[in-house]
Amino acid sequence: MNWTRMVWLLIALLLMPLSEARPQSRSETLLVVVELGPNSMDIHGVGANRPSYQASWNLYDRLMTYGVKTLPDGTRMYDYSVLKPELAESWQMAPDGLAVTFKLRKDAKFHDGTAVTAKDVKWSFDRAVTVGGFPTFQMKAGSLEKAEQFTVVDDYTFRVTFLRKDKLTMPDIAVPVPVIINSELAKKHATAADPWAMEWIKNNDAGGGAYKLDSWKPGQESVFVRYDEWKSGPLPKLKKVIVREVPSAGNRRALLERGDADISFDLPPKDFAEIAAAGKLEVVAHPVENAHAYVGMNVKNPPFNNVKVRQAVAYAIPYEKIFTTATFGRGAQLMGNPIATNTAGYDAKLSPYKTDIAKAKALMAEAGVPNGFETQLFFDQGFATINEPAAVLVQESLAQIGIKTTINKVPGANWRGLMLKKEMPLYVNAFGGWLNYPEYFFFWNYHGQNAVFNTMSYQNPEMDKLIDAARFESDPKKYADLVRQFTRLAILEVPRVPLYQPNLDVAMQKGITGYQYWFHRQLDFRTLAKN
Amino acid sequence: MGKLIGRRLLAAAPGLAGVIVVTFLLTRALPGDPAAFFAGPAASQQAIEEIRRSLGLDKSLPVQFGLYLRDLGRGDLGKSLTTGQPVRSDLLSRLPASLELTACGLLMALAVALPLGVLAATRPGSWVDHLCRMLTTAGVSLPIFFTGLLLVYVFYFILGWAPAPLGRLDAFASAPRDATGFYLVDALLARDPGLLAAVLRQLALPALTLGLFAMAPIARMTRAAMLGVLSSDFVRTARASGLDRRTILITYAFRNAMLPVLTTLGMVFSFLLGANVLVEKVFAWPGIGSYALEALIVSDYAPVQGFILTMASLYVLLNLSIDVLYGMIDPRARIEA
Repeated sequence: MNWTRMVWLLIALLLMPLSEARPQSRSETLLVVVELGPNSMDIHGVGANRPSYQASWNLYDRLMTYGVKTLPDGTRMYDYSVLKPELAESWQMAPDGLAVTFKLRKDAKFHDGTAVTAKDVKWSFDRAVTVGGFPTFQMKAGSLEKAEQFTVVDDYTFRVTFLRKDKLTMPDIAVPVPVIINSELAKKHATAADPWAMEWIKNNDAGGGAYKLDSWKPGQESVFVRYDEWKSGPLPKLKKVIVREVPSAGNRRALLERGDADISFDLPPKDFAEIAAAGKLEVVAHPVENAHAYVGMNVKNPPFNNVKVRQAVAYAIPYEKIFTTATFGRGAQLMGNPIATNTAGYDAKLSPYKTDIAKAKALMAEAGVPNGFETQLFFDQGFATINEPAAVLVQESLAQIGIKTTINKVPGANWRGLMLKKEMPLYVNAFGGWLNYPEYFFFWNYHGQNAVFNTMSYQNPEMDKLIDAARFESDPKKYADLVRQFTRLAILEVPRVPLYQPNLDVAMQKGITGYQYWFHRQLDFRTLAKN
Repeated sequence: MGKLIGRRLLAAAPGLAGVIVVTFLLTRALPGDPAAFFAGPAASQQAIEEIRRSLGLDKSLPVQFGLYLRDLGRGDLGKSLTTGQPVRSDLLSRLPASLELTACGLLMALAVALPLGVLAATRPGSWVDHLCRMLTTAGVSLPIFFTGLLLVYVFYFILGWAPAPLGRLDAFASAPRDATGFYLVDALLARDPGLLAAVLRQLALPALTLGLFAMAPIARMTRAAMLGVLSSDFVRTARASGLDRRTILITYAFRNAMLPVLTTLGMVFSFLLGANVLVEKVFAWPGIGSYALEALIVSDYAPVQGFILTMASLYVLLNLSIDVLYGMIDPRARIEA
């Protein structure tokens, strides 16, 4: 073959219609574009990242799931007040309220065809409370702590004994962590050093969920195909879901706008605002439950150990400007209120804070620092799209009351280290809790147990007492009163200044239906469909 | 020739050893704490210590280094926490992507830069010369990520000629069976023209981006070297002897001008491997550059070390092949070595 012919052949190849490279029908396949993909298929795995939760959520079933409710704007979200059957057909509380017995559905099979039985459930629950790290921690949040709590009654009956009456126990069984794993399959891959088959399940599918793992190239794409024998719910519409990693935010937007990608969570708020305004794509927005972005202050060290200084900061923050220029209005204003707008106990009237430089200056004088001081302002570079403009606005505003700040942009791994050390005098960050209870949020962020999220090192015995009491209070009136009290205290002592509640935005093609918001903020493939 | 190669490889050994030591120390000197990062958001201090132990980071530096060397000896580069996979398999699956892209970019650059440089040298001051100057200036002054985004914007977003910037293959195409990892080669081996076309289409824009960047130094060097050679005595003699223009230009002048061009080429190639990072980011290309960058941000030691070691070895091989090519073009270089 001579050169000219070769060149012509190449040109001909390039001009060949695209259909050759597209064997699957696009209408039953969903293409999701993400910034970062999963690093594990096992939610119990060490260091499993947030995208892993999405993989696990769709590959595995849990005993129960949450109901769905339709909001006034027509969008759908999970309903944290309703628990629905998934692998369990039904459950029965013990008369004393200290145990629950689950009846498993008898027709459920794992992806390899073996039947799902109570021993798989026990093995999976044992694993979650034993392996340590995040899963064990999350189980503990619902007072699920020891393997002895879990009993196989017969092949299709499973009992959980409670350590104490905890209203988070049942909701915690429906979160992404207690997945039901194919224990026989897993045990085949377990070793003496790795009795829970962590190594194998990380890379393989040991589930019985609505989707099977078709292929996974870490750092590139993961492909899921429907499991047609799935019995724990109505058969999903989508036959295949491809999750592709596209690192550039601009390209993710271009792919959506050109119609090549179907759906994405990972765009900057500015893009969501513009896409929503353009109207070519569907943008669905939900303020993230039980979450806020905030400015934190280290209360252990001067100058922020002085409550007057902290209040001065709370009066100097440009709430409105941050909300419009950093988040492009994608969220809900909080103005110093620690409880999110769609969480029990939210009351806009509780927080007195607004931008009032004169008042802030007066408070600085009262605190004995009328001339201000110099300090450092930190934020996580990973969230620079929002944090950077917010930090600059805070810096600008604080300068007006004499607080001169140097901004420190911290890359990922260093950020975690700094949070743990709890030495950052001033920082911008955000937190969201899975379970939508204010005392749960406070337990992580304001409690004297000093979890990593209490980066301010705020410790106040009175606060701890209120939070602990609210957690185990069953009388609704007393509970509401406790919530009100600890909210007031957090506003008065203001170890952190809540700014706004961020949105969970998603952009998708117009023909896509069935999207629903989940507290874990991942995509549930099972309800989605393409028209 | 074999002796030369052997001696060169031997001489590279101390350099590689140095790279191993320095990258080990440098990664440890990074301020981040990988244990804290990978313990996850809700980790207690105890959980972090557990992770630190399991990563072997609680041991003293010399012990860690010893363990690292032992693993290296077994061909084990450690495990990436970011992807959760062994670094070796990550690099092996990603290196072909980077190399394929770089090679295509370089070929594209050569195809334009060499003729352009030669033409500009034969007609100094003409429009070809101006075009050459313009392109080289543009090539060096446009940042690579900018060119990339611009090309995507124009050819994909506006015109719709280029396929979606989704990496090496369209999401709905299936990858060729992994024979070499080079999709072009694999598609040819599989005798699948449709697949080959799909691969080429995906390659076009990123390779063009790299090519534009690489074109500038090559064209300039070609032009300068050709100008030098064309004004030398032996070319004048050849002209005086009445040899035809083509023979003078190709056989005599170009061959002699190739030496400095080849040196530049070696430099450009190694440069491109580095510049890949940005192109990979823009085109979602699963290469080793973006892999190392991600790892660096989260202080994931093993992939960073593995990446630098791979790059160092690549440079050694590259320099070696340049030297060998030198010998082929200019026999004098062979004797010297």
